[in-house]
Amino acid sequence: MTTDAIDSAQTPRHEEGTNYINAEYGLLSWLFTIDHKRIAILYMISVTALFFVGGIFALLLRLELMTPQGDLFTSDTYNKLFTLHGVVMIFFFLIPAVPSVLGNFILPLQLGARDLAFPKINLLSWYLYVIGALMGVVVMLLGGVDTGWTFYTPFSTTYSNTWVVPTVLAGFIAGFSSILTGLNFIVTIHKMRAPGLTWFRLPLMVWALYGTSLIQLLATPVLGIALLLIAVERLWQVGIFNPALGGDPILFQHLFWFYSHPAVYIMILPAMGVISEVIACFSRRKIFGYKFVAFSSLAIAFLGFLIWAHHLFVAGISVYSAMIFSFLTMFVAVPSAIKTFNWTSTLYKGSVSYEAPMLYALGFIGMFLIGGLTGLFLATLGIDIHVHDTYFVVAHFHYVMVGSVIMAYFAGIHYWWPKMTGRMYPEWWARLAALLVFVGFNLTFFPQFLLGYLGMPRRYHAYVPEFQVLNVMSTAGATILGAGYLLPLIYFVWALKYAPRASANPWGASGLEWHTPSPPTTHNFEDTPTVTWEAYDEKAWLKEAEKNV
Amino acid sequence: MSKKKTYEAEDFSHHVTSMGTYFAIFAALMVLTALTVWVAFQDFGSLNVPIAFAIATVKATVVVLFFMHVIHSPKMTAAILVGSIVFLGILFLLTFSDYLSRFWPMA
Ligand SMILES: [Cu+2]
Repeated sequence: MTTDAIDSAQTPRHEEGTNYINAEYGLLSWLFTIDHKRIAILYMISVTALFFVGGIFALLLRLELMTPQGDLFTSDTYNKLFTLHGVVMIFFFLIPAVPSVLGNFILPLQLGARDLAFPKINLLSWYLYVIGALMGVVVMLLGGVDTGWTFYTPFSTTYSNTWVVPTVLAGFIAGFSSILTGLNFIVTIHKMRAPGLTWFRLPLMVWALYGTSLIQLLATPVLGIALLLIAVERLWQVGIFNPALGGDPILFQHLFWFYSHPAVYIMILPAMGVISEVIACFSRRKIFGYKFVAFSSLAIAFLGFLIWAHHLFVAGISVYSAMIFSFLTMFVAVPSAIKTFNWTSTLYKGSVSYEAPMLYALGFIGMFLIGGLTGLFLATLGIDIHVHDTYFVVAHFHYVMVGSVIMAYFAGIHYWWPKMTGRMYPEWWARLAALLVFVGFNLTFFPQFLLGYLGMPRRYHAYVPEFQVLNVMSTAGATILGAGYLLPLIYFVWALKYAPRASANPWGASGLEWHTPSPPTTHNFEDTPTVTWEAYDEKAWLKEAEKNV
Repeated sequence: MSKKKTYEAEDFSHHVTSMGTYFAIFAALMVLTALTVWVAFQDFGSLNVPIAFAIATVKATVVVLFFMHVIHSPKMTAAILVGSIVFLGILFLLTFSDYLSRFWPMA
């Protein structure tokens, strides 16, 4: 009944059936679009392609690690495989996935705006991303790069004889894509909110994207400089990082991690935004402690800048400095815990239902808990020295970046799929995929905590035979995980044509994006909406919808 | 609604800086450049780098304030400028928490 009321309120007055997808036809209409929704779709397609490229590298790594001997690849090939896995997954999938796909599509809709503030810059971001990604692909075809995704000096500047310079340039170019997206989002959130949509009426996704954008804008340039300096030292032997030339190799690690620690929050913050939306929707409650969750996004964005050298504890920084960074790192646990507690409190006495987005969201909370808490282990100086560069670290950051971020990305894709495509998806297949991902992921990465604690170092293609059982478990898990990721690809493509059509608000959710038809028209809203209700106040929202009938 | 319009119109209005100001700033920059060159040939010991940085900072500040019109821009522009400098400060401060306390065997 309630959804009927919303549907009739949302019936478009203009020509029936026109939307942003069928507004124009042809490849060029997509390649030269400045519609944020179409650009989001472009991002979605390219990011998905790169995700499967990175995934193939991951499967090859796991295949090698089934046996203790390095029998499938030489150690050099193995070095290239884990480097490319990292570079592709981080720079070309995780960084753009949530902000550039989901954020791009949803942000203007949630603000009641017609587009982002700079639609052409938005398209430029996508092109920069594509140029960077294509350069990455060229590097693969030429024979790859073996420095690890971290490009540590002096190996990257002096000793590696692989394609380091094109790879860092690819990262540099993709970085500008990220900077421009952040800039675009910040201006949009400041300037283009619908009348009545005050800061504290914003959906938490918007707060999360705001924090994300700040990091993109402030941290990415430092990575850009660090990457360029590698090229400068490598090409012209300018002494910046190489001690033989009077440089300091640890300086690179400082510059690199000044970006790359906050970069984890470029991935996880918007993911947390998605989780807030999904949890509120599928437990039919306002998010518990809205302001705390909103400000914790900004707190995470800020604190993320103070803790980078926890990656350098055994690199040779001073003990004094290591103690400061160890201490500061602990603080990030506070806003992270605030979010986790508030999501769980939201569930309390809510009428929870378990559609696929919610399954992913609940999975997120569990895995983020494990990923986050093991982060505290690693922040502790003594433990970090013991498990540094072991599989414990690998397991930790995969729990955060895969277990949490990709779970949230999938939650968001399922949640907004009806809005993006105008079609539902097959619910039971989606639930099965969520289950496969959850089981596969934990089977892959939980054994790696144990391996790391037992002392198995990362980045080797061979290991002592005692570790085989846990490694086989991990590889088996990776196979299940791979199936879990492939399944949505299949049913989403199927759904484009065969799934039932979606109404304007199939979930009965409360954001402004559900206030417009699915899929939306090119201009998002027939009339700019005026917001008179608080965030997640579903009752006020329904009243408004009924008034418009 | 109309109130909002005038507010935005103000935002985008350009303050016209007089030619005299531009030439004065240009002259100041030239003097400071000459100073930079002169300082480079003097030896102030451990103060060499701080002095060079201080002059460069004054020059950059003048350029940002007048040539880039920040002095006549909305408060938001200033906030963004100060914010960026604060984050640059974080990068320097915490990096030097390492460099200034590190054990340098070769030194
Ligand atoms: Cu970190």
